[in-house]
Amino acid sequence: MSALLKLENVTAAYGRAEALFGVSLEIGAGETLALLGRNGMGKSTTIRVICRLLRESGGRVRFAGRDLAPLPPHRAARLGIGLVPEGRRVFATLTVRENLIAAARPGPWDQARVEALFPRLAERRDQRAATLSGGEQQMLAIGRALMTNPRLLILDEATEGLAPVVRAEIWAALSALRGESEMALLVVDKSLRELGRIASRAVILEKGRSVWSGPIGEITPALAHRHLGL
Amino acid sequence: MIGARSLDAILFLALPLVVLYAMAADQPFTITLATKVAIFALAGTGLNIALGLGGLVSLGHAIFFGIGGYAMGILASHAQSYTPLLESPFLIEGTKSMPLIWLTAMSAGALAALLIGALSLRTSGVYFIMITLAFGQMFYYFAISWPAYGGEDGLPIYLRNSFPGLDTLDPAQFFALAFALLALALLFAARLAHAPFGLALSAARQSESRAIAAGLSPYRLRLAAFTLSGAITALAGALYADLNRFVSPAMLSWQTSGEIMIFVILGGVGRLFGPLAGAALYILMEQSLGQFTEFWQIPLGLVLLAVVLFARGGLIGLLARSEREGENG
Repeated sequence: MSALLKLENVTAAYGRAEALFGVSLEIGAGETLALLGRNGMGKSTTIRVICRLLRESGGRVRFAGRDLAPLPPHRAARLGIGLVPEGRRVFATLTVRENLIAAARPGPWDQARVEALFPRLAERRDQRAATLSGGEQQMLAIGRALMTNPRLLILDEATEGLAPVVRAEIWAALSALRGESEMALLVVDKSLRELGRIASRAVILEKGRSVWSGPIGEITPALAHRHLGL
Repeated sequence: MIGARSLDAILFLALPLVVLYAMAADQPFTITLATKVAIFALAGTGLNIALGLGGLVSLGHAIFFGIGGYAMGILASHAQSYTPLLESPFLIEGTKSMPLIWLTAMSAGALAALLIGALSLRTSGVYFIMITLAFGQMFYYFAISWPAYGGEDGLPIYLRNSFPGLDTLDPAQFFALAFALLALALLFAARLAHAPFGLALSAARQSESRAIAAGLSPYRLRLAAFTLSGAITALAGALYADLNRFVSPAMLSWQTSGEIMIFVILGGVGRLFGPLAGAALYILMEQSLGQFTEFWQIPLGLVLLAVVLFARGGLIGLLARSEREGENG
């Protein structure tokens, strides 16, 4: 399988504070990869580098065979990297429908398909995003990213802080996504059990380095305890 | 409290009703005041695209208002003196045709906004305010030191420009023109706010990083909005110069930029009919309080202070039930 996204020994820093010391990972087209690690180990920083919101200080980031280094962040997104950021970041004063169409790009994902995936969004179509529940805002954030018709969808802690029933809804939607599209997924989440159902492989980060990678089913309890504190 | 849409409709219809009353009562001065409100509201509508939708606090919009004014003044002065504007390498003559003047004013305003925006929009916040102010002062002092078109004294135009089928010297007919252009600009601004471009601009105002992550370029969106904004404000400037049959560097001054911003803030930033409400209140205060004191801007300042502190949605937000605060529409 040729790599859609490839990070080779990437290092990055916030000013003088170094955050990544050598992250390598690969995602193939249509593949789902889980990015794991305890808090503060560099998962979100890795995502910021992939989305060009933070420039790497070393190493290489390639997407669809293209070096991302010279690209401004919005161009990387236009190449097909969709992000569902941590913390349900919707455009609060826009309605659900407006959030979906604000950054829409042509492709298989349109408003009707997003609403079919999340029927609750159809019910709230003309409601302002700020008035949605946390779970609905997260569905909207995922829907908005899908409307950009990405080749790689990145979900950063998409189920964090949500009620169990809503989390189940989000996981079901992600499973459906995996089954019905050619889109690759990069998922950061704490729920190893749920990740195991949708991801084929995993990469574990520790102190800004990728320390383990392999089939997610091969993460033993001892490995999970050592690197993830589970 | 009434609905925002009903209040918008009342505000919009009040202006022609005032003119109809003034026509019946034979009060041409009142018609001129209503025309001034329409023109100021048009300038404010231009700024509102940049400020309300894009969040761009421009203290240089007098540049575009003045460019529109000078576009009218220069073209009309050459037409009235029968001298060409340019002979070589090709002939450009003046004109008294309003549509041609408007087109020129809007093109010049858009071009200036594109160039100024391309530089200014690389900054943000207080730096953006300062750089637009600096550009405004450059244009102001350039106009003062440009003797060919009146310099500091300004440029009088002896006849009002023409529009096919209308007697533009008739105050009511000139008002109708200004009001029609305001209506078109409001329609355009409303469509823009709900089009993908306007939504993307609004998204970039709310969160630049989120917009970038969604593949939007805030810089390009803001530049396009600033350019459109400049074109509409320049159109208002051309009309204002035609109303007064006079153009002077005062149209380019930072005080004018401040006044256009006051129209928007008084009425409600980002509210479609905010500039109309703001301009109407401004002219009302100028006319009513101005009779008693030349310092009428002191109470205006107090009103502005009250709006900023207690009524962030402006006059419309204060009077109407909140429907969609902070959004055009």
